[in-house]
Amino acid sequence: MEHKKKIQVKDLDFFYGENQVLYNINLDIPEKKVTALIGPSGCGKSTFLRCLNRMNDLIPGIKVRGKIILDGQDIYDTGVDVVKLRSKVGMVFQKPNPFPKSIFENVAYGFRIKGIKDKDFIDERVKTSLRMAGLWEEVHDRLSSSALGLSGGQQQRLCIARAVAVEPEVLLMDEPASALDPIATKKIEELIYELKKEFTIVIVTHNMQQAARVADYTAFFLMGKLIEFDKTENIFTSPRKKETEDYITGRFG
Amino acid sequence: MDIKKIKENIVFWVIKSAAFLNLLALTIFLFFLVKNGISAISWKFLVLPPRDMMTKGGIMPCIVGTLVLSLGSIIVSLPLGVGAAIYLCEYAKQGKMLRIIRLGINNLAGVPSIVFGLFGLAFFATYLHFKVSILTGILTLGLLSLPVIIGTSEEAIRSVPDTYKEASIALGATKWQTIYKIILPSAIPGIMTGVILSISRVAGETAAIMYTAAVFYSPHLPTSIFQPVMALPYHIYVLATAGTNIDKTRPLQYGTALVLVGLIFLMNFIAIMIRSKKQAKN
Ligand SMILES: Nc1ncnc2c1ncn2[C@@H]1O[C@H](COP(=O)(O)OP(=O)(O)OP(=O)(O)O)[C@@H](O)[C@H]1O
Ligand SMILES: [Mg+2]
Repeated sequence: MEHKKKIQVKDLDFFYGENQVLYNINLDIPEKKVTALIGPSGCGKSTFLRCLNRMNDLIPGIKVRGKIILDGQDIYDTGVDVVKLRSKVGMVFQKPNPFPKSIFENVAYGFRIKGIKDKDFIDERVKTSLRMAGLWEEVHDRLSSSALGLSGGQQQRLCIARAVAVEPEVLLMDEPASALDPIATKKIEELIYELKKEFTIVIVTHNMQQAARVADYTAFFLMGKLIEFDKTENIFTSPRKKETEDYITGRFG
Repeated sequence: MDIKKIKENIVFWVIKSAAFLNLLALTIFLFFLVKNGISAISWKFLVLPPRDMMTKGGIMPCIVGTLVLSLGSIIVSLPLGVGAAIYLCEYAKQGKMLRIIRLGINNLAGVPSIVFGLFGLAFFATYLHFKVSILTGILTLGLLSLPVIIGTSEEAIRSVPDTYKEASIALGATKWQTIYKIILPSAIPGIMTGVILSISRVAGETAAIMYTAAVFYSPHLPTSIFQPVMALPYHIYVLATAGTNIDKTRPLQYGTALVLVGLIFLMNFIAIMIRSKKQAKN
């Protein structure tokens, strides 16, 4: 790979209790590129994604083997501050999940929990983040009204603004557009295109065209194994593995 | 009309009449109370202490006593109850121990209040030397309302969607920050429901205070929480069973009951106002 590696995944195994769902994953995620994870339902894409910011830690009985190295440091090392890790590796979820607070407070939340009090700084960052998420024009005159009054697409862009406000380096997105209509989806895709200038993005998607449109690299998962990982154009035009070809041509999955 | 439609109509009418009967019962009850008690109510009745062996005068010390006891008990049980609920929902490991704790709480809710009263007398009043006092009463009533507060708080905390929690954690919040900034604010309306239920129960509680906090008669207001008070429900009980002239004080009894019901309505109303204000903010 000719790009700088942001995250290196080495021999990753993952278990929910006794049930192994990821097998020996090896994958390098390039910096400031979009990497898409594709594969049939239940193949472990979300599980893999949630390993990258240790969200799986919330689930009792999980077991992780192997290494995930972010900027030279294994994030599963004992002594790693997961709170710090998660402000470095942000996440956007499948269903928009704004807090039942005002639009402003949603974006400012990351600063509130860090104990930042500087009002001018927060105002400025909220504004920039909303701009970055392409939402500023739509909400600038109602920042203090509830975020729950926004449309689904707006809510999702608010969640993106909330995630980028704290200036993470990596942005994980788990099917961020699957609950949205085509127009809102298009907006999110354009946004991803903009965001990759500043962030390393890993996105799970079920939508093959979407992967082809937004991703520089694509990883194909099948039953907990990484089958193929390559530049997106190679995956979609000349896959090396038969399983990949079967999947992208819609022969199964 | 087909059979399904008829069935639905019957069910509808049964439900509707059940609701109507409830309303009717409440109306009759209130009417009865007002009719018998209203004659006793006057400005003086509300602001003066009793006199002439409690056959005349007002019930001011009882009103103050009941207010102090119910609010005080909430001050004790709210932090304890919400704290316990947070522990049970967010920190305790699911398992046998947790089931035993839950069972204990549920059983506590079913314990008759007279037993709480006896416990308060034995433990707070005698063993800890708090005597029969406001403090003993508040602690006893606080214990009594604890299961309700824990139960409703737990339910409220559990009903906060996991997606909020995930979003907060993923932004780098600690567990406690997530609880404090996201979960509790969303759970407040539900917790307030518990507070409303507790206030209603505690304000009318007689058995739990008669050995722990209430006095038969006291012309003055207490000056510290180590002194006993008069209280509305106990005053009704005393007038109706042990007064110097039971028949003569009938109107006073109804008047006191009316004031007690009014006070409970008022406290509920305030709690509901706080709750809906919080809900509107969300
Ligand atoms: N919390 C959990 N506890 C136990 N098993 C789980 C849990 N979450 C997921 N699994 C299992 O792990 C496997 C991988 O699930 P995962 O959600 O990662 O798949 P996915 O590729 O994201 O699927 P989808 O495309 O449907 O979102 C599945 O077999 C699933 O049943
Ligand atoms: Mg998934």
